[in-house]
Formats: sequence, C-alpha cells, structure tokens
Amino acid sequence: MILDEKHEEFRARIRDFATREVEPRSRELDRKGEFPWDLVKRMRELGLLAIYVPKEYGGAGLDTLYYSIAVEEIGRVCGSTGIFLAAHSSLGVFPVYYAGNEAQKKKWLVPMAKGEKIGSFGLTEPDAGSDAAATKTTAIQEGDEYVVNGVKRFITSGSVADVIVFTATQDPSKGYHGISAFVVEKGTPGFTYGKDEEKLGLHGSITSELLFEDCRIPKGNILGKEGDGFKIFMETLDGGRISIGALALGIAQGALDASVEFAKRNKRAGKPIYKAQSTQSMIAEMATEVEAARLLVYQAAALKDAGLPYLKEAAMAKYYASTIGMKAASMAIEIHGMLGITDMYPVERFIRDEKLMEIGEGTSEIQKIVIARQILGK
Amino acid sequence: MNFDLTSDQKMLQDQVRKFADTELAPVAPEIDQSAEFPWENIKKMAKLGLLGVVVPEKYGGSEFDFVSLAIAIEEISRVCASTGVIVAVNNSLTTYPILQFGNEDQKNKFLPPLCSGEKIGAFGLTEPNAGSDVVAMEATARPEGDHYVLNGTKRFITNGGEAGIFVVFAYTNKELKHKGISAFVVERDTPGFTLGKHEDLMGIRATANCELIFEDTKIPKENLLGNEGDGFKICMNTLDVSRIDIGAQAVGIAQAALNEAIKYSKERKAFGQPICNFQMIQSMFAEMATEIQAARLLVYYAGYCKDKGMPRFSRESAMCKYYASSIAVDVARKSLQIHGGYGYTKDYTVERLYRDAKILELYEGTSEVQKIVIARDLTK
Amino acid sequence: MELIVCIKRVPQTAEAEVKIDDSGKDIVKDRLTFDMNEADSYALEEAILLKEKFGGAITAVSLGTAEAEDTLRIALAKGADNAIRIKAEEFGELDGYKTAMIIKEAIKDLKFDAIFTGCMATDDSYYQVGPVLAETLGVPHATLVSKIELTDKKVHVNRELEGGLIEHLEMSLPAVFAVQTGINEPRYASLIAIRRAAAKEIKVLGKDDIASEPKLNSTLEELFVPPVGKRAEFLTGTADEVSARTAEIIKEKGLI
Repeated sequence: MILDEKHEEFRARIRDFATREVEPRSRELDRKGEFPWDLVKRMRELGLLAIYVPKEYGGAGLDTLYYSIAVEEIGRVCGSTGIFLAAHSSLGVFPVYYAGNEAQKKKWLVPMAKGEKIGSFGLTEPDAGSDAAATKTTAIQEGDEYVVNGVKRFITSGSVADVIVFTATQDPSKGYHGISAFVVEKGTPGFTYGKDEEKLGLHGSITSELLFEDCRIPKGNILGKEGDGFKIFMETLDGGRISIGALALGIAQGALDASVEFAKRNKRAGKPIYKAQSTQSMIAEMATEVEAARLLVYQAAALKDAGLPYLKEAAMAKYYASTIGMKAASMAIEIHGMLGITDMYPVERFIRDEKLMEIGEGTSEIQKIVIARQILGK
Repeated sequence: MNFDLTSDQKMLQDQVRKFADTELAPVAPEIDQSAEFPWENIKKMAKLGLLGVVVPEKYGGSEFDFVSLAIAIEEISRVCASTGVIVAVNNSLTTYPILQFGNEDQKNKFLPPLCSGEKIGAFGLTEPNAGSDVVAMEATARPEGDHYVLNGTKRFITNGGEAGIFVVFAYTNKELKHKGISAFVVERDTPGFTLGKHEDLMGIRATANCELIFEDTKIPKENLLGNEGDGFKICMNTLDVSRIDIGAQAVGIAQAALNEAIKYSKERKAFGQPICNFQMIQSMFAEMATEIQAARLLVYYAGYCKDKGMPRFSRESAMCKYYASSIAVDVARKSLQIHGGYGYTKDYTVERLYRDAKILELYEGTSEVQKIVIARDLTK
Repeated sequence: MELIVCIKRVPQTAEAEVKIDDSGKDIVKDRLTFDMNEADSYALEEAILLKEKFGGAITAVSLGTAEAEDTLRIALAKGADNAIRIKAEEFGELDGYKTAMIIKEAIKDLKFDAIFTGCMATDDSYYQVGPVLAETLGVPHATLVSKIELTDKKVHVNRELEGGLIEHLEMSLPAVFAVQTGINEPRYASLIAIRRAAAKEIKVLGKDDIASEPKLNSTLEELFVPPVGKRAEFLTGTADEVSARTAEIIKEKGLI
C-alpha cells in the first residue's frame, strides 16, 4: 500500500464500481463508438465528477490524490470513460474553479461539479496544438459582448458539453499576453459543431470540432481579466497532466492485470505461460514500470495538494506513465499472442486507447522540454 | 507513503550531502585509480554514525529508519560509488543480519565495533560456482565439540580484503538443500581463514573485493546466527533489505551522471551555442531525470515497506534494485554520450560513473534474478 | 560561558540562474535551495569550539520564516543548546539595521559573554548586524574576525584586512564577533545529534514579543540584473588551450 487507509478504501470503492459497472460496458462502447451517458449518470450519483472541488461548490471536497485514484481505477477498465472523467474534472471544472468569480462559480462550477452539466475545454486549434500562442480564434469586444470567430479542434466531449471554457485572442500581435479565457454555453447562437473525429482509440469518447461564427457571448463570460488566458490554461494543463498520467497508469495497470491473468490461465506448448522466463521477464518489466509510474503520479498529486511546485513532477508523471503504458500494452499483446490482436481480449483496445496519452494535453516531446527546462534552470 | 522527507531525514540528507561533497568527492578519483580502501573516510563516516544507521543506540548505532539509510547511501554514492557500497555492505549486509537474527551476546559483541568503524563488515555468500543460485554453494560447516569446522571458498566478497567481521553461509546439512544452510559470524583473525585473490575490478575499485578461503576453520558455536538451517531464510531476508541500498546506490550514481552531463552541456558549445539548447540533448535530460526520480521513489517505497514492518516486501525491493540499476547504466551511458569524446577520458567523472554503474545489475542478485522474484510474486 | 549565535537562512544563488520576480524587489525562489548563511556556519562552529573548551551554553537566534527552523535545527544538532526563531513574516521589509534591532530586542534580556554573527549574509550583503548589535547593546565588537583566543577574560582577536594584512586586537568580554569564513572547519552533525535535535523545542517570538518595532533605515526600490558588459571574455577548450590563450592575453595587454 503506497497510500494511507482512507485513500485505499476509496480505491476499493471505485474499483468495485469500475469492475461491476464500467468494465462490462467497455467493449461495447469501443465497438459502437457510443458515449457512455449511463456511466456519466452513475458517476454523477457517486459524486465522482468534481472530486477535488470543495463541497460548497458541489464537489466531493477531497484532494488531487483521490481524484487521481478515481481516474486510474476507471481507466484500468475503460479508457473512454476515464478520459471523459479526466476532461470534465480537469479541463471543464478546473478553470472555472481556479479563475472564475463567485457568480461564475455559482452559474457554471456548481452544476458541473454536481454533474448536471458536462464541461469541456477548447484550447487546441487546427494550427495551434502544443504551441498555444499560435491561437487564431478571436474575441473582439463590442459593447457588452465579445464577438468570437474561429475553430477549435480535437475537443474532448466538445459536442456533448454544456459548458465550454475556451481561449481566444483579443490581439494576435501580443502573442501569449493577448489570450483570454471565456465560457460559452451550448446553444449560444453562432456556436456550432463540425465533425466528430474518427479515432484510433477512445471510441467511447467524443472528440469534436467547435465552430464560432460571429458568436456573441456576454462580457461576464470572461474568466479572470483580459490577458489572463495564458496563465489560466497553463495552470489547467499542469493539473491536467496529473490526470492524464493517472489515466495512462490505469490503462497500463489494466494491461498488466490482463497479462497476469492470461498467463496464469493458459498454456503454451504444454506449459503454463507464466512459467516461461520470457513471459516472466515481460511481466516483471511491466509491473516495475507501472509501480514507478504510480509513484510519479501520486507524487505530483501530493505536491499539488501540499501547495508545492509540481510542474516538473506532473510532466514527468504524464510523460513516463504514457511511455511505459504503451510498452506495457504492447507486451500485453505479445503475452496474449494472436488472441491479443482480437477483440476477445481488452489488450488491443488498451494499446489504441493508451496512444492518445502520449499526445493529448501536451505531447511527450513537450513534456520533455518542460522537464529539461526545469532541470536546466531555464 | 510520505512523498516528502521528514524533518530529520532532510537534516540527515543535508549533512551527508555536505560531508560527501567536501570529504569524499576529492578522493574518489584517486581511490578509483589506486584501488586503495578508504579507511580514513570510513573513520570519519563512523563519527557521523553512518556505519550503523539503523542499529539501535545501545549497540552504538544511530537508530534511524531504512528510508534514511537509503538517503545516506544515495548521497555517498553520488560522489563515490566505492564508498557507497562499502557503507551499504557494512549496514545492510553485516549489521542488519546480526541485529535481526543475532542473540543479545552476538549483538553486544559484534555491533559496536561495526558501528564505530573499528572493524568493517563483509558478507560471505557467493562462491566460485554459486552466485544467484545460492543452493549450489559448496561450503560446509561440520559441528565438532564446541565449534563448527568451516571449509570452502567465497568469492567476489565486497570489503573482503579489509573486513574484520564476516557473515558467512555454509551447509550444516547438505541433504536438506536450502533448509540445511546456516549462517555464522566469522572474525578475521580466526585460524584457518585466509584471503585469496584480490579482484581487479572494472568499477567500484576501492572496495577490497577479495576471495575468502576457509580450511578447517574453527568457528565457536556461539557464532551461529539463529539456528542451524536458518541460513537461507537469513540470507533472503537480508538481501530484501540490502537491495534497497543497491537501489539507492544506483540512484546516487545516476544522479551524478545527470549532474555531470548538465554541467558539461552548459559549457560545451557546438554550432554556435551551448549543447544544452539542442532538443536531442534536452530529450535525453528529460528521460534521465524522469527515470532517476521514478527509481528514487521505488527505493523510498521499498524502504517504507520495511519501515512499516511489512512481513514481505521482496517484490518491492527487487523492483527498486532492478529498475534503479537498469536506469543507472542507461543514464551513465547517455551522460557519456552527451560528453562526447571527452567523456571517454579520465579527465571527466562520467568515465568512472560509467564503469561504476555496471556492477549494479550484477551483484546482490542479477537483474534476471530480480525479474524472476517480481514475476513469481505476481503470478503466485 | 553564555554564547549567542545569529543565524540566517539564505537562498543558494552562487551557481543558480537568479531571476527577479514580478514585484521587482525579490528573486524567484521556487526552485532554489536554502541553507545556513556561509559565514554564520563558521560563527556557529567558533561558538561550539569555545563552549567545548570553557563550558556553557549556546543559544542560536534566527530572524526568518518557519523554514528557518530547519536551519536552527541543524545548529541544535551541531551543538547549540537553545534556539529562538523570530517571525520575519510579521515585520515586513527588512534592511540590515532593522534586522539587527529586532534581534537586539529579542536577546537584550539574555545573559551573554559573547555574540557571534557571520560577517555578512550572502543574500543582502549589509555587513551590519554584528556592529549594530554591539553598538546598541553597548559592547565592543570586531568584524572580519579570522581568529579568536580567550585567556582570563581577555580576548585576542585577529581581523583580516585587505592586502593580506592581519590586525591583532585585544578586547574584553562581553563582545560581538562578526566572523569571517575560513576561521575554522565547520563540523557535520552526527546522525544521533540530528535525531535528538529533531525533538528539541524551538522558541518562537513574534511582533508582540518585541517592545517596539524598529524602523527601516532604507527602503528597497528595485532589484535588477545589470546589463552584461562586453569586457569579459570566456575562454573555452582544454586546460592547455585555455592556459595558452590566457598567457597570450596577458602579453597582448602588456600586463607583464
């Protein structure tokens, strides 16, 4: 047990929910590309949609460690449901919690925390991914409103979300300093959706294009001050990295668990698979790296909870967990042999789902640059 | 587990770090070349209480926990891998089994000189034909009156050439296989105990690695640790603990390799700018730093399991040893790569770190043995 | 002997890339390490050496935030008997004078034969605390102290001057010594001493415990990194290349 009893009891509760209710749905969600409305409803009932938000705003009043455990345990059985939870909590809920004023918190944070509304985060654009300063979406003030024009792409839960935090520039010549963060609600005139993406994995998660065409939003929808956008989304991404690390970790643990179970149940050439040294070697590597990833994720979460700097540690957690997760998923398929590439076993889904963890919320290359800058003191 | 160190662990880290930088670092290159056992520094470390970190005060120790021991070993190994393993062997392979399995008389007799630096400890397990496969050992100890008669050869014994107190394993009953192995405390001046070949090692060169030869060596019966047949259990239990320290040693060496690479990359220019500006170099730094931190956390976690009194933590301990040693070798390789040709010369520390790192994957159970321990535990 | 040592916890900036924070009046401290001010660790060692020779007790005093208690614990582990932290967070901006006056207020009722300070703190370099303490407590002082010898209530003190000169003074106790680095070899705390120090109590004083809040003598306007001049030339290459180039430059400039 790495964590104290309270956290481990919480884990046991989430694992119970995940194995009894989420796991049986995971294959179907993946096959049909279906959004898990039923599981969202259950997670709402269980109070999982804003774990680290104080109770006064409708959250569970717990900490980042609890939240990481929840994402990890759900990710262990279903990446799609896991990414929904991570995107809603870290990307939809967080910026409003972090930068919203009291009125904004009442209006958007409380219903999102309670799960009455689904949250999403519109940062990425067709030509601005990890390089967010290249944001082209504009928000020009006209009277009491901002007029928004632009396109956001690869937005998790975008077309199912009720509350979308997005970034736009008021002055592209100012680079980072010209960017502000706003909230747009579903159904606002001028705000529509493009196509939902067909993806390699995470089929049960919606990835949308958001279209703003002379979309007018009230002035009161800006989070923080004009020009705060960069600070808000950086802080959002720092925390988001912990949740993607947790999700990558969960999928890696799922791959390891599936491998151990398969190796114990099945024989190859008349011998239990788990007794072959080549299997033992893979299982040992996977298990060690999964444990190391878990410690990195929890450390980043614990630092955040303690109010200490965690930028480097969160980047390490996300980079490492996704890297070893891909390796673990690949080894899991090898241990399963030909069966591993069929949908009779979850491991082929794991490798497809895990790939996103190396890309979303800052690619591994970006994480490495963040880490290197920190250790070089730049 | 606590992701932040306690107040006294932080102080220990601070003081050991300063001591290591000031006292140990300057002689590290010399003793690497001369292979001279660093007695002077061992005495200084004894004064600080680094030779019996987990031993209770009443036996002359410092009475800290195992996470603290790992922190100390990391800091020492960061500047001198030889000194790091000398201290690790004294702490976890000698004082620990005596403390854990010895009786009161044995503790009173052997622990104080091991803590004070009067005598250094060694662990006689490996034999020419029995490494990771412990049961293949050939040494025997035959009871005879009030003593045992020990015969056999132990090889690759760290501290062997300079130690005064040895924990030695031998069969008291070969037919019982692993249940017939017993553990003894043997003193250096016992008649019939001589030193054989001194190994000329690739790395950790100042560790007096030596062969021990026992020819009808009479060991007093009161020097038996535990009961007859407890040897295998003592050995396995001790290795679970000592692997934490090898993990810590690996983290120290890896951290040193990263630090050296960072320093070099800021000074060295290529194509008009310091090489630390290049993405390929930064990518290596990020990988190195992340893996070192992961290894450090695995070491602390294994230490935490021991401190918590978990009855079994073989898997956690094997994980930290296997992982930390693998990444240490890789981090040293990357550091040398960043240094380019200069790293291949003795003008740069990384040349020594690269040689020192390799042993980590070999001793106290090879990486392959660690993997078997981990996989068996997961599939049992 | 009753001895007092003043200790400051300072950021280690010698090898770090120092950046100015948003206020323009402080540096970014997020990832810096902190430690006992270098000269203070020599001052502490000098006090411990005197205590070992003549007996008595040492009180370590620090004006600092809660983290300064870590530094005071190191002092306790090395040989101090008591420790006092004065809450810096309650006193706002500090200069050398105000710092000294606050410490003076905190210790004025303690009996002492000697007070030791480092000759300067590496973070603000005021060189003031020792002299101001001595003047306001009405006792003699010596700065840049490089040797202290005590015989029959007389103290022989060496001061390190520019140009390699040493000034030898005779003083009487009580007195304040602002100690120069290198005067001794500061010891390391043993593990047992660390464990014992961890359990010791540190007395904490706040604004309410100080009779009146001393005034600032100066206020900080701005902290900045000066623009880099072009006068320095960095030599790179092997040791041989660098020494060859150094010799050339010396000849070129006609320095020899």
